[in-house]
Amino acid sequence: MPTIDDFHAWPDVHGRFGNYGGSYVAETLMAPLAELSEAYLRLRDDPEFIAELDRDLKHYVGRPSPVYHAERLSQHVGGARILFKREDLNHTGAHKINNTVGQALVAKRMGKPRIIAETGAGQHGVASATVAARLGLKCVVYMGAVDIERQKINVYRMKLLGAEVVPVTSGSKTLKDALNEAMRDWVTHVADTFYIIGTVAGPHPYPLMVRDFNAIVGREARAQMLEQYGRLPDVLTACVGGGSNAIGLFHAFLNDADVRIVGAEAAGEGIATGHHAASLAAGRPGVLHGNRTYVLCDDNGQITETHSISAGLDYPGVGPEHAFLKDAGRAEYVGVTDDEAMEAFHLLARTEGILAALESSHAVAQAIKLAREYPKDGIVLCNLSGRGDKDVHTIAAREGVEV
Amino acid sequence: MSRIDRRFAALKAAGRTGLIPFVTAGDPSPQHVVALMHALVDAGADLIELGVPFSDPMADGPVIQHASERAIAKGVGLNEVLGWVARFRQRDAETPIVLMGYLNPVEIHGYARFAQEAVQAGVDGVLLVDCPLEEAAVLQPLREAGLQQILLAAPTTAPVRMAQLCGSAEGFLYYVSFAGITGAAHLSTGDIAARVADIRAHAKAPVAVGFGIRDAASAKAIAGFADAVVIGSALVERLAGATDAEEMTMRVHAFLAPIRSALDAH
Repeated sequence: MPTIDDFHAWPDVHGRFGNYGGSYVAETLMAPLAELSEAYLRLRDDPEFIAELDRDLKHYVGRPSPVYHAERLSQHVGGARILFKREDLNHTGAHKINNTVGQALVAKRMGKPRIIAETGAGQHGVASATVAARLGLKCVVYMGAVDIERQKINVYRMKLLGAEVVPVTSGSKTLKDALNEAMRDWVTHVADTFYIIGTVAGPHPYPLMVRDFNAIVGREARAQMLEQYGRLPDVLTACVGGGSNAIGLFHAFLNDADVRIVGAEAAGEGIATGHHAASLAAGRPGVLHGNRTYVLCDDNGQITETHSISAGLDYPGVGPEHAFLKDAGRAEYVGVTDDEAMEAFHLLARTEGILAALESSHAVAQAIKLAREYPKDGIVLCNLSGRGDKDVHTIAAREGVEV
Repeated sequence: MSRIDRRFAALKAAGRTGLIPFVTAGDPSPQHVVALMHALVDAGADLIELGVPFSDPMADGPVIQHASERAIAKGVGLNEVLGWVARFRQRDAETPIVLMGYLNPVEIHGYARFAQEAVQAGVDGVLLVDCPLEEAAVLQPLREAGLQQILLAAPTTAPVRMAQLCGSAEGFLYYVSFAGITGAAHLSTGDIAARVADIRAHAKAPVAVGFGIRDAASAKAIAGFADAVVIGSALVERLAGATDAEEMTMRVHAFLAPIRSALDAH
């Protein structure tokens, strides 16, 4: 049993982070999950696999991504220095590629010719279609009909990359339903199909594997901080939907007790209105999509429909490691509203010349709040997880502008 | 001996194959669930699987997904389902009832509270689709209260694990006839027969086969080697849209009668 002092020791062999995680799936999936665990745990320590992954991350993704001091934004806010880990500069425009490059290599080693994925904002779908094209694998992406409507550009990008995009019309027609549908596909095609889950949720080993592939963000950032600033930041922040970019940044710092960690969830129209997607800030422990974690549900245990301006945060669950970090008191999780995210989006665009994704704009808003809490020589390190090109139409529509 | 065990012992003694219909509780109508359950028994059901609606039924095909969505939209939750079971028990003390569904509604209700209320209502077993043996520790209060946990076995289940499932099975072991979701239709009876024969040789509990059985012909093909057959999606589909108890009863009889005859003729 790992100890609570060493956050890097989790999950345990059953894929549990304390009370969270595990494998809550139908019997048919137990064998493919066991096969995946066995393959991944072997590859995780395989020097050849690691070398191939490192090469792809460097030459295909464009790593390492820089840590950038947003001087004009910091000055404008008037508090601590705000630094961005620039995951928006990666190939395909977000941190999602870190994970899909890794999982696609696992798929290749396991001899699976067909890839499926679910997507909310479309970034994970694009990142999956991208690696599938590169490795010559067939790719099917499940996407909620509502999300298809609000992320048209990414849908077209996936098609250009040769992927088939399947609209999901059940339930709330968003990310959670796309995940259900991808699971149904997997259970029906287990022999030849590899399911690339896009976030640190799902049954074991996904929360572990997706975290491992994204943890490069924090490993790089930690080294860059020491090299460029001679010290670690005072506080980290990142947006949390499923939580893959956040755990990616946080993980390398979990055992640095002096570094404060704050996750920004989508508070939508405000947590009090009920129209939000803040599972950690406003949910309760439950079981969804193969793991025990914090979920948004009613007293009958029915998962409730969520709201966020950003499709990528519009999810009623969250990765089990975040649930564990919340209960352990290692990380705080707070809500950022649609309006606050929009305001941060515009401020960043005008002071720094960066269009952030709507998801990442939640983190930027939180970084601004945190900067005000610290003195001028303090450091807030924020994961700028993706770029906002995909959101231009959504933003224009919200502001009544015809593009 | 539990109600489920007694029922399977009686079937075995009579040389009959059990018929287990599944309906989503509250669909097509929350007002007529109890009448529908009695109609199922009158039409030859040996055990009833009552589906507890869940918003995210990952293992179910479109028919049961939509039935669940309709029931949820009408406010159906565990409290209502347990109430219907209690009312059914006023007239039927013999037919075993298994609640089938997903873990979250039970987790949110509270395991200990659910266990007590379910036993009191007259529930005999639970089949929680997303709670495999590895995670079943949370169900300890249910076992202590006397609810049997029905386990699933699948075509993908590896031999070592199958032995484990056979050893742990209580009530009956539910063999999923193919790797897929409920209601899909591509039965390969030869493969199923071989696997089920192997399971029956090792399991203490009887074996029911489900997923993809939709009429008398497919039921009869399975009856040759299973202790019981489960029919869900095809029945739920047949019932959809029925508005009164009479209509439901008529449809139940029209659908189940030929299946019952086929099983008994086997």
